[in-house]
Amino acid sequence: MSETVLSLDALTVRLPKGADRPHALSDVSLSVASNEILCVVGESGSGKSMMANAIMRLLPNEVGIERGRMMFDGRDLCAADPAEMREVRGAGIAMIFQEPMTALNPLRTIGDQIGEMFAIHTGLPKAEINARVLALLEDVRIPDPKAAAKAYPHELSGGQRQRAMIAMALALDPKLLIADEPTTALDVTTQAQILKLIRDLQQRKKTAVLFITHDFGVVAEIADRVVVMQHGAIVEQGAADTVLNDPQHAYTRQLIAAVPPLTAPPPRILSGKDILTIDGVSKTYRTGGFLGRGARVTEAVKNVSLRLPRGATLGIVGESGSGKSTLARCIVRLIDPDSGSIVLSGKDWAKLGREEIRRETRHIQMVFQDPFASLNPRRKAAELVAQGPIVHGTERTTAIAEARQLFELVGLDPSAGDRFPHEFSGGQRQRIGLARALALKPDVLVADEPVSALDVSVQAQVLKLLAGLRQQLGLSIIFITHDLRVAAQICDLVAVMKDGAVVEQGLTAEVFGRPQHPYTQALLSAIPGGDFTRKRDALIA
Amino acid sequence: MDTVKRYFRSPAAVIGLILLLLVIAMAVSAGFFYPRDPLALAGRPLVWPFSNPRFLLGTDNSGRDIAAQIFYGARISLLIGGVATVIAILIGILVGAFAGYYGGWVDNVLMRITEAFQTLPNFVLLLVLVAVFGSTLTTVTIAVGVVSWPAPARLTRAEFLSLRNREFVQAGKTLGMKDLQLILGEILPNALPPVIVYASVVMAVAILLESALAFLRLSDPNVASWGNLIGLGRDVLRVQWYVSAIPGIAILVTVLAVSLVGQGLNDALNPRLKSR
Amino acid sequence: MRILSLAGRRLAASIPTLFLILIGVFLLLQLAPGDTVDALMAQMGGGDAATAQQLRKFYGLDLSVPAQLGNYLWHLVRLDLGFSSIYGKPVATVILERLPPTILLMTASLSFAFFFGLVFGVIAARGVNRWPDTLISTLGLVFYATPSFWFGLMAIVVFSVYLQWLPSGGFQDIGTVQTGIRGVLDIAAHLVLPTLTLGLIFLAIYLRIMRASMLEVLNLDFVRTARAKGLDETHVITRHVLRNALLPMVTLIGLQAGTMLGGSVVVESVFSLPGLGRLAYESVVQRDLNTLLGIVFVSALLVIVVNFVVDLLYARLDPRIAAEG
Repeated sequence: MSETVLSLDALTVRLPKGADRPHALSDVSLSVASNEILCVVGESGSGKSMMANAIMRLLPNEVGIERGRMMFDGRDLCAADPAEMREVRGAGIAMIFQEPMTALNPLRTIGDQIGEMFAIHTGLPKAEINARVLALLEDVRIPDPKAAAKAYPHELSGGQRQRAMIAMALALDPKLLIADEPTTALDVTTQAQILKLIRDLQQRKKTAVLFITHDFGVVAEIADRVVVMQHGAIVEQGAADTVLNDPQHAYTRQLIAAVPPLTAPPPRILSGKDILTIDGVSKTYRTGGFLGRGARVTEAVKNVSLRLPRGATLGIVGESGSGKSTLARCIVRLIDPDSGSIVLSGKDWAKLGREEIRRETRHIQMVFQDPFASLNPRRKAAELVAQGPIVHGTERTTAIAEARQLFELVGLDPSAGDRFPHEFSGGQRQRIGLARALALKPDVLVADEPVSALDVSVQAQVLKLLAGLRQQLGLSIIFITHDLRVAAQICDLVAVMKDGAVVEQGLTAEVFGRPQHPYTQALLSAIPGGDFTRKRDALIA
Repeated sequence: MDTVKRYFRSPAAVIGLILLLLVIAMAVSAGFFYPRDPLALAGRPLVWPFSNPRFLLGTDNSGRDIAAQIFYGARISLLIGGVATVIAILIGILVGAFAGYYGGWVDNVLMRITEAFQTLPNFVLLLVLVAVFGSTLTTVTIAVGVVSWPAPARLTRAEFLSLRNREFVQAGKTLGMKDLQLILGEILPNALPPVIVYASVVMAVAILLESALAFLRLSDPNVASWGNLIGLGRDVLRVQWYVSAIPGIAILVTVLAVSLVGQGLNDALNPRLKSR
Repeated sequence: MRILSLAGRRLAASIPTLFLILIGVFLLLQLAPGDTVDALMAQMGGGDAATAQQLRKFYGLDLSVPAQLGNYLWHLVRLDLGFSSIYGKPVATVILERLPPTILLMTASLSFAFFFGLVFGVIAARGVNRWPDTLISTLGLVFYATPSFWFGLMAIVVFSVYLQWLPSGGFQDIGTVQTGIRGVLDIAAHLVLPTLTLGLIFLAIYLRIMRASMLEVLNLDFVRTARAKGLDETHVITRHVLRNALLPMVTLIGLQAGTMLGGSVVVESVFSLPGLGRLAYESVVQRDLNTLLGIVFVSALLVIVVNFVVDLLYARLDPRIAAEG
């Protein structure tokens, strides 16, 4: 029998004047029971993180709770005084955050920071605290707990840091654990491990978990019940199976539909001719080191050979640090490869000089990841798009006029050219970035994680645009991504990279359908909500 | 436009601007109110302020009008401060931009030189420069500028270092832009605001450096400078302390005004950091 | 040990900088009108050309500039800074005599500025945009804008002339030289006003940096973690914020070491302290270029030593430094 641990009743949180809406949360009512995982889902700006901070009463000063109740352990947290709240925090309700690197104090050891939990809330002697810390680190299955306790945050990997955060949160067996996007910053295989860990610990300790996420895949993986939020209000809630398989609200349906399918669409007929051949490309970094001592050698790209048929899309997938971005930058010669050849329409791109690169660069263009960082904030949109042609000798007025036509092509209002980048949304900026790359009429487009920084629904639109343009302009695309779902949707071919080397490549449907390499298999099975999507894909097919 | 509006929302910034305009007005109107040479003998020496309507702020040890010297001193302080700042910022941007953009050995060489300038106490270097080139208005101004460039150079370099790997600069590279186009067109406009704000710090320090030099009687003795007057007043400090006190307040107000304007600009250009 | 070797490497890297400075200033001084011999002759009340010729030969001033530079550097390696004709002593001796008051003054000013800058910065950041913050920040701005020599003069007027609490100048009482504890107290009394005068502008800088750095750290994620643990605000500050916020302050000590040494030139002149700064001033006025070059060398060395200590301190505070290797 599970009992209600926390219940929110018509919780309303006011935003300061000048915000995009008057309330961060309006009339939010929900409850979490012991031994269950409640997932709160929503896109950025839906107010889900604000809710977590409201429960902890850690809202920024200018944001306040307007009305409502938050019942926890027989008392209303809205009415609790600061001293009472401090007793609840950590001991009654604990929290883990998105970015485990910044959530830990960089100047204190892991063991010290976990031990602080006991120091605050219990009167345990030092030796006992140390023993408990070790036990906790073992619980979260950190390799070598003794060393981890003595380590500083920067000495651990991202996954290990998040394990340490979980150990800290669960130190005093809180009744409620709030997890605010705890796996968003992690690689997919690490994410799978952390999700499993949270699930295991929660079942063993019968903790109630409020799990905040933007990813329906994660929901399918871990949720018992689901709450869907939009613009600070709950639009739908219910048991996970019901919401996932029979969503009632239009917004929920839209969100679920936007989760890309895992199975690749039927393969297109590919041209027999290759437009780009990459052969034995390597790039090694040597960092640090003074007079040869302590030098570290990182083989970012190891002997990579790939082919891109004309008109095809080649996906390069891998986790962070796999070398996929370095490879992309080698291809457009933002980075000079150490060896190997990159042959584009008969020319070895890897051996061209600086001046030649500048001239030839219009044949191969790049789209960048971060739509906020990739546009010069001080130039107007039309100017940004026209820059390339101007550099290559087109007259300014002609280039600007052509830029406006391109706006239409990428689905933007041509009049938007007079606005500055900050006046556009993330999806729109990515369209500007795309237009800028297309302005030079390239044969090959290298897209480095072009949709990773976007919300799911926007992601789907940009991918659709890209697929359309590929058809319309006969583009060949190299598509770098960490997200296998995205790759499955748009790529004809995929290459899987690990530690700088390509471990497996082939037709997308084959690689994803019958993965040969153990690493590809691990990647595929680690995708959150994989089973759910596969079932759904089967139904649709 | 938003920037202007944000600037005027801060009372401290507005006060700073008013004070600065006041000092500028003094500098401009000096010839109108005091057409005579401010360093010429005007009356009895050591007249206390407000005791004789002819000399509102009194006279110094050699009978020169203090008020006139304050007005003309505003010219000297603003002139030296302004020109030295322009020199320092220009050298700083040049050195910082090249070091930050090219990195490698260019950066190494330029930063070694910057480091050398920073390791040598700037006032000591100023003394050396004055000892070598003499203390005319021109040499002092240039010397103050030359000892002040390392900090803006470091700031520009840091901005360039962080901006040169930003995606929009890489995008510019993939579009085929030349280095100079990238430096001037893409990076510099984005690196400039913090450097311009820092110019106010350089100017404040420049004014203080010149006045300290003048106080030690190592600046140009043939112009009416606030620092000169303070140095002069030192001889009669025990009784007629006002001779030193009045020009000191003028320096304080001017430096305060420059700092407040700089801070106001900073807050207006970085609205997110306003509460800091 | 890693920390020590790291800081040691940085120390070694500053040796070329030191030589760059010396060579630069040496060449610069060649452009100066008149040399040591001219100054000496002026002091002796003139002399004939033959004597000047002899003296130039004696001081090695008849050689070519590169040869003179080589000579100078060669002597320097053996810690010989040359001879001061004005003081009639080796430059090294003159400088060593003048070093203690300057080091004492700098240490006292730095401690004063650092401690109060820290305290006021924390108080201001805790009450950001309320009256303690407004008051402290305004005072900080005013202190920053105050010319130190002027503040020194005004302090003399108030504390020495009118109130007669403190001596107006000098390093110790000349009339009755005291020893032991009373001697120390005497020197301390003489250093109160110079310390305040020199420290004031640095106090303003430190408090501003500390305030900004505190506010920045208070916004970081791990502070939220600390609060989510149930720590009260005082402990959040002492256990998590303070040490992180101190890092920029420590960096600043190194960056400001040179400025502080420069400031002591003026302050020592105001209070007639027989220190290095006053020596620098005197050697400019008396055209004692050998001594001036010696001072350039010693002050650069001082700045390098301060930076070495700052490096060690920083590495102690921040474990991430040692890891970089």
